[in-house]
Amino acid sequence: MSITTPQQLEKLHRECRAKRERDKKRVIVCCGTGCLANGAAEIVEAFHKTLKERKIEGFSVEAVKETGCHGFCEQGPLVVIEPHGTFYTHVKPKDVANIIDKSIADNQVIETLLYTDPVTNTKIERYPDVPFFSHQQRIALRNLGKIAANDIREYIAVGGYQALAKVLTSMKPDQIIQEMTDSGLRGRGGAGFLTGKKWRTCASIKDEPRYVICNGDEGDPGAFMDRSIMEGDPHSVLEGMMICAFAVGSNQGYIYVREEYPLAVIHLQKAINDCEREGLLGDNILGTGFSFRIRIARGAGAFVCGESSALMKSVAGEIGEPRAKYVRSVVKGLFDKPTVLNNVETFANVPIIIVKGADWYKSIGVPTSTGTKAFSLVGKVKNTGLIEIPMGMTLREIIYDIGGGIINDRPFKAVQTGGPSGGCLPESKLDLPVDFDTLTKAGSMMGSGGMIVMDDRTCIVDLAKYFLNFLVSESCGKCVPCREGLYQLHRIVTRITEGKATEADLAKAEKLSDAIVLGSLCGLGQSGANPFLSTIKYFRDEYLTHIREKRCPAGVCKALIRYEINDKCTGCVACVPACAYDSITGEKKKLHVIHQDKCTKCGACYAVCTYDAIDVI
Amino acid sequence: MTHDFSRLPELIDRHPRSPESLIMILQEIQREYRYLPCEALMQTAYALGVPLSRVFSAATFYNVFSLNPKGEKVIRVCVGTACHIRGAALIQDQLENLLHIKAGETSEDMKYTLEVVACVGACAMAPVVTVNEKYHGSVNPSRVKKLLKDK
Repeated sequence: MSITTPQQLEKLHRECRAKRERDKKRVIVCCGTGCLANGAAEIVEAFHKTLKERKIEGFSVEAVKETGCHGFCEQGPLVVIEPHGTFYTHVKPKDVANIIDKSIADNQVIETLLYTDPVTNTKIERYPDVPFFSHQQRIALRNLGKIAANDIREYIAVGGYQALAKVLTSMKPDQIIQEMTDSGLRGRGGAGFLTGKKWRTCASIKDEPRYVICNGDEGDPGAFMDRSIMEGDPHSVLEGMMICAFAVGSNQGYIYVREEYPLAVIHLQKAINDCEREGLLGDNILGTGFSFRIRIARGAGAFVCGESSALMKSVAGEIGEPRAKYVRSVVKGLFDKPTVLNNVETFANVPIIIVKGADWYKSIGVPTSTGTKAFSLVGKVKNTGLIEIPMGMTLREIIYDIGGGIINDRPFKAVQTGGPSGGCLPESKLDLPVDFDTLTKAGSMMGSGGMIVMDDRTCIVDLAKYFLNFLVSESCGKCVPCREGLYQLHRIVTRITEGKATEADLAKAEKLSDAIVLGSLCGLGQSGANPFLSTIKYFRDEYLTHIREKRCPAGVCKALIRYEINDKCTGCVACVPACAYDSITGEKKKLHVIHQDKCTKCGACYAVCTYDAIDVI
Repeated sequence: MTHDFSRLPELIDRHPRSPESLIMILQEIQREYRYLPCEALMQTAYALGVPLSRVFSAATFYNVFSLNPKGEKVIRVCVGTACHIRGAALIQDQLENLLHIKAGETSEDMKYTLEVVACVGACAMAPVVTVNEKYHGSVNPSRVKKLLKDK
């Protein structure tokens, strides 16, 4: 059935909500990429199969919902039993019958499946009480893990498309733009440009057609916020785009999705098809005369295509080389027409700002960075996953309260934000509030939301080499400072990790970095030297140890370390098969030896030894 | 390697015959043959009325396209930042050693292709390896051999 008036949408909303309230008892199976990798699909199948055999009164198989990512991927597969919010982790198909018998039919809690807090070592029963979730505030991720990702009716039940109805029936485009400007929402893709201002510029250009593009090319390695939103709550992105299109006067939108995200494409396409069927996309939406269509453009694996002008070229079927932005893409963008390009998370924030108002949104966060920000908190932290926090929370609160601290309680070394173009902050900066301006001032940047925590076993110079290597291979090659400069910078840093560099090389690298920053054409090149510049700023000593003492304090740089077995060795022989190069010998229950002539320093023995018997020297 | 190219016109016609469709058509061909055969590049250029050089430029610019056939199993080691600091290089090392090929190569019997990928967006379970479309999280050196045996 097609929805042709706002009244019909309201009626459908009431019906869907009533149904949701009736089915109070629900089983939520997280089907984000993380949980799917851990076997969530088999869990869903087990529920379907078991519920066919066992009839539970007042509970049908329809109440088993496959939702998007909860964010706590490491504990997956996750199952939540509503309305109590019982939170089960690491669920296996064989647990399902037990969950049905005890938790669904009899409201009991199964102790063994509960989450254990690594800090207090106690079991936690309910989902909202888990520290990982309780310190968060979810706005952009509001529906993740709450509604079935693939069901438009679930989205409508929780108030979906109410914002669209509101703008189409009671707001003028100018009012919408004013509301976005007042809310202070800044672009979540990294640059932090004011969303309202971007929309206003686009709307003011006297040229047609205008385009709306959603940037789902989440290229930063170590970040997966946008992926989770596109997979778990695709409708909020579509609704945000529709509101934007109405505000700037556009009839055609594109979502550019990364090649590595096939599930996101499937869910977005299903959402688009559902909207077209229900009359929420297409001609004369809700009978208001507004027409809008959305197409998906799939990326083809190029980091530079996250840059606006390169992305637009890629949508147009060309190779993704950026252009100089004397004229901004909001003026001349896709097919040389005015184009609004916003990030997935930005669009996901739009509907709720329209419904709750700019004042509400402004009241969250700090004055210059309003609202919340999603981060992927990963690396050497106990609770890794997807989080959303109000702007202004300190890095320490994020890493220790939500993240639970460093794995094995090792010393904290640095936190990296902003992807390859961002920077590393040391312990002394942990009490800084997280917002756009503070992070930039400290020498890092907000970026799209990757937050990678490192302990003392991570080598900063190796990390710089890693990012530079990434940027060298992703440089499109159009301009010389980026193409040649980054290549040479990478060579110098590589020499440092091999103990072959001098202090003069360090000075040369600093000079070269300045040239790359000044001379490059697009954002990728202009920030391309950041992996080096931001690490030399806070970790110069570590660079100097590599150069002067030919030593890697973290025990990472292969040319500067060797592995040796100490007398804690029990002769358990676990390391012998782990070594692919046959370089470890020894009798059972006797001290083993690593033969340095055969050892490639791959670290496999170190990773398998449970007796702390292998030293990195 | 010989292929049945009779499906090519159908793959090309899934999209409007204009230069804007170039990348989408190449993606269709890549999905079908798991690489871009020379014949397909020529037919695409002809159908869209663009020079072959432009098709070749797109085919070599984007990482997803390959001009060489891929093995039955495509193993991708994620080397995103989160995976990197949790030991992705070690996993890559082990796979290269077990398969006797380097990243980017295909084994002679066409069974395995080993690739590295910048990030697959499953960072919370680092390090991650994907085998064809299936994700394997928290991979450690002792699990690598088992990964190869998995169907």
